[in-house]
Amino acid sequence: MSKPLLQVRNLTTRFGDGLGAITAVNNISFNVDVGETLAIVGESGSGKSVTALSIMQLLPDPPGRIMAGEIVFDGTDLAKLKEEEMRTIRGNQISMIFQEPMTSLNPSLTIGLQIAEPINLHKKLPWQKAYDKAEELLNRVRMPDARSRLSAHPYQFSGGMRQRIMIAMALACQPRLIIADEPTTALDVTVQAQVLELLKELTRETGTALILITHDLGVVARYADRVCVMYGGKIIETASALDLYARPMHPYTRGLMASIPRLDEPAGRRLVPIKGQPPNLSQLPVGCSFNPRCSEVVDRCRHDTPELMKFDDKHLHACWVAPHV
Amino acid sequence: MSDVLLRHKQRRAAVKSDVILDVQELKVHFPVYGGFLQREVGTVKAVDGVSFQLHEGETLGLVGESGCGKSTTGLAILRMLPITSGKIVFEGVDITEHDPRQMRPVRRRVQMVYQDPFGSLDPRMTIGDIIGEPLEIHKLHGNKAERRARVMDLLKTVGLRQDMIDRYPHQFSGGQRQRVSIARALAVEPRLLLCDEPVSALDVSIQAQVVNLFQELQEELGISTIFVAHDLAVVRHVSHRLAVMYLGTIVEISTCDELYAHPKHPYTQALMAAIPVPNPVIEAGRSHQTIQGEVPSAQHPPGGCRFHPRCPHAMPICKEQTPKLLPQGSGLVACHLFT
Repeated sequence: MSKPLLQVRNLTTRFGDGLGAITAVNNISFNVDVGETLAIVGESGSGKSVTALSIMQLLPDPPGRIMAGEIVFDGTDLAKLKEEEMRTIRGNQISMIFQEPMTSLNPSLTIGLQIAEPINLHKKLPWQKAYDKAEELLNRVRMPDARSRLSAHPYQFSGGMRQRIMIAMALACQPRLIIADEPTTALDVTVQAQVLELLKELTRETGTALILITHDLGVVARYADRVCVMYGGKIIETASALDLYARPMHPYTRGLMASIPRLDEPAGRRLVPIKGQPPNLSQLPVGCSFNPRCSEVVDRCRHDTPELMKFDDKHLHACWVAPHV
Repeated sequence: MSDVLLRHKQRRAAVKSDVILDVQELKVHFPVYGGFLQREVGTVKAVDGVSFQLHEGETLGLVGESGCGKSTTGLAILRMLPITSGKIVFEGVDITEHDPRQMRPVRRRVQMVYQDPFGSLDPRMTIGDIIGEPLEIHKLHGNKAERRARVMDLLKTVGLRQDMIDRYPHQFSGGQRQRVSIARALAVEPRLLLCDEPVSALDVSIQAQVVNLFQELQEELGISTIFVAHDLAVVRHVSHRLAVMYLGTIVEISTCDELYAHPKHPYTQALMAAIPVPNPVIEAGRSHQTIQGEVPSAQHPPGGCRFHPRCPHAMPICKEQTPKLLPQGSGLVACHLFT
């Protein structure tokens, strides 16, 4: 087997220090293989976005800081790079698509300039050539009338079109990895489908790996090869998408599956909610963070924190109760 | 079939007759101002000829994408927006022309639950005061002790602990706040409840709790409800019938079972196809054909059928004539494919 493109090892990211410190990401490890789509799922506060920002080295510092761990991308540990060195990777080899296309595009620059800029910067193409490339990219994301839209500003586009522009920017330098953080949460469902289909098609075509961060288990089922489920800053289960949906092991994953309303089941079915509230990261429960909400809790869960254990080679979970080797 | 489902079905059959709310050809147009003198330069036709009836004890889901007019329809029914034309008949009385004084007794009978559980509760009032305020405004439960007892009752109904009565909104999570909003709406024993995206701001594990609360309340209290939502998977768990809106008009209205099993309007079909099912095996076998384009501006809606520029089945007639909402199966559909 070839080496993974990205290896995250024991990553811990903390915000603030002293008593008020919050460990947003707590000792997580995962791999992303060349060309695959990995989904990171979780509810708000589970640490999925902070994981993305940690990989990109875009944490607001202070207060955010990577406390431990390595982020090995293509043989280089990103956590150890200086900012200038990181800049040659960001937008070039790894690029990011944010949730809010409204706020992540510069409102006062034309979209042509914004797409051409990374090409000019990283690929050292003269501006004229970079603009030609930008037009080509806009065509690829199916922007009608690409040539004339190069000189338009972001406010002249709808949310879906802005997200297409973001995708064009992300693809500009033919990165090896794209991180998409809730890329369609702000969009309507028919537009969401268009944007995600486009993203899937283009990443397949170019062999780009994708980390898709989302809270939508439907989106995961449609687009992901593998899944990491996060809760309270930890990965609590990881498996191939097929395996995870067929055999969810962790009580939280199973709880999520039972609590979502879905179109493929009779409407009379009662949803089975997970009791209680998502945890407050500044007062995480001792032991397994899920233990106060868990219906299968045993004594050990209340004082002993489970780390990822193997069910089989590809399916891991952090639960004392679920079957493991 | 579960007991719950059976009871639902029985009631659905039993209550068919009495109409509590009748909306006829409702139009809500907003003027657009522009230019140097801020003259009126156009109108946004947010709601453009919407008609439906709501029966006693029934929940109608109003679904569609942003800008389709679903929230505007809801607000107009409560007379919280100026109505351009059309008629709203509530409990047999035409309330379209009611002035604020006349509306007052009506408002007691129609209550609302908003989307944002953070913006819709006054941060400086205790939960008890928030839930008790409508009782005070409508002069129900005169003395303080009685009111407090009633609030306690309501807290229990919506699944909150009674000792929370003196806490402030910031001490509650999103899901709990939404329960407070629901308790406040229920305080005056309304006949009609209007819920505008009441669960869309909540995390998935919490969303299910609130959806279940709505189901329980329906079964126990049988209040007629209009449930405005964009999430078709959620709305189906709480609605008996569903109206699908597109650009200010209803394109299809039918019972939930029928609409999900056999969506007829091409837009309804597209909406269903666009929603991913949380099951990779099913997803692998589904067509991921998406409809093209985005919802056009409500200021310049396309002529004829408003969906025609995006419709995969568009015919010449669709550009010319606006289809009428006509009976088709157990529901109504506005599409030339069926005429």
